[in-house]
Amino acid sequence: MSKPFGLLAELTYRCPLACPYCSNPLDLAGYRDELDTAEWLRVLDEARDLGVLQCHLSGGEPLLRRDLVELVRHATGLGLYTNLVTSAVGFSRRRAEELHEAGLDHVQISIQADEPGASDRIAGTPSFARKIQAARIVKELGWPLTVNVVLHRQNIDGLADIVGLAEELRADRVELANTQYYGWALRNRAALLPTAEQLDRAEEVVQAAAARLAGRMDVVYVLPDYYERYPKPCMGGWGARQLTVAPNGDALPCPAAQTLPLPRANVRENSLEWIWAESPLFGRFRGTDWMPEPCRSCDRRETDFGGCRCQAFQLTGDAARTDPVCHLSPDHGIVEDLVRAANSEARPRVEALVPRPHRAGPS
Amino acid sequence: MSSPESVVAGAVPASGRPRLARHVRLTFDPSRERHVLLRPECVVVLNRTGADILDLCDGSRTVAGIVTELRGRYARVAEADVQRFLAGLVDRRCVVIDPEATDE
Repeated sequence: MSKPFGLLAELTYRCPLACPYCSNPLDLAGYRDELDTAEWLRVLDEARDLGVLQCHLSGGEPLLRRDLVELVRHATGLGLYTNLVTSAVGFSRRRAEELHEAGLDHVQISIQADEPGASDRIAGTPSFARKIQAARIVKELGWPLTVNVVLHRQNIDGLADIVGLAEELRADRVELANTQYYGWALRNRAALLPTAEQLDRAEEVVQAAAARLAGRMDVVYVLPDYYERYPKPCMGGWGARQLTVAPNGDALPCPAAQTLPLPRANVRENSLEWIWAESPLFGRFRGTDWMPEPCRSCDRRETDFGGCRCQAFQLTGDAARTDPVCHLSPDHGIVEDLVRAANSEARPRVEALVPRPHRAGPS
Repeated sequence: MSSPESVVAGAVPASGRPRLARHVRLTFDPSRERHVLLRPECVVVLNRTGADILDLCDGSRTVAGIVTELRGRYARVAEADVQRFLAGLVDRRCVVIDPEATDE
């Protein structure tokens, strides 16, 4: 069995932003009982022992955790490469200096669009100016900076200006990732899925930017998988390279896997080592034995691992089916219908979006 | 994921002076008993020869100089193999090749 390389530590699902494409679960109320500092420190120790080398501190907004600096210091002390994935709200100079001193390796700041009006509208709160300020602090302190933009129908037309903004901020990487349809994004899918024409234009912008910025800024582009011929190799394979720990201690092979009807695994009840190696959850789709046709006999079964289990479940109701994104899937018609609807003349370019709440309401 | 990462793929001249890219860390992973390279979205697990090559990539030695040093340790060292190894890491943004100093 392989050892995991990366831990996605979802410290909290609380967030000052309300992005409608958020991949956090709809049931935010189920995650209010957050792991405390001592529990996270133990998770980091166990992750390192298990072979984890990179720790992505994410959420929600990880800066809302008062113990973030302590967690970073502990992780870097273990030799983990630490990456903060943040909205930048709460990223004051003082907090930044503390994180820097604690050894944080890399900062990834999300921006919602190329200009303040659209960015704040999508984020659901005035935040653009603070993001710009935070990006400047990141560079001043000598960190590598990734600017991360989730693309969708309502912001992808501003892609050239988004890249220009990242360049102006002296980002080392810009991650232009089309929305993946989990959590709140799935709920808002009809209003988020771009047209083929929008994607063609985006592709041209990306190619030109990558050529122009070669050697200065990495331009990473992630297509919306609904438009792909083959599915994404989700997480590099189920229980193969990555694991996620949710705010309540649930350990997951993929951050969207809490929706699947599978036995849970929680770090409060079991060690990470047991969860990785022994738990029914992590074993369920490991390797290729679980695969149905057409995956089982497909040459690509070790390339894309049948695609995303969560997506298969969302679209077909059965997590063990081939990801319907694959054109070889018997369920591919489901995706074709969604793409056709996104490209229909009747579909408005801008429709109302359901914002995710900042925190869980009373349950 | 489609990513146009290969656009800066470069050949590695024997006179070039390789070094780790900024923000890339070379470290030993006790759980795998291997050296690894760490950068924001990437882990590269190295074998012993790879780790030895990178250990010499200090920005002052040339590729040719590195090959000469390795020949003191290993029976067979092909310059082309070292160049290919480094080119792969240039592609993955882990190594930068400075041109040979010309003002000497």
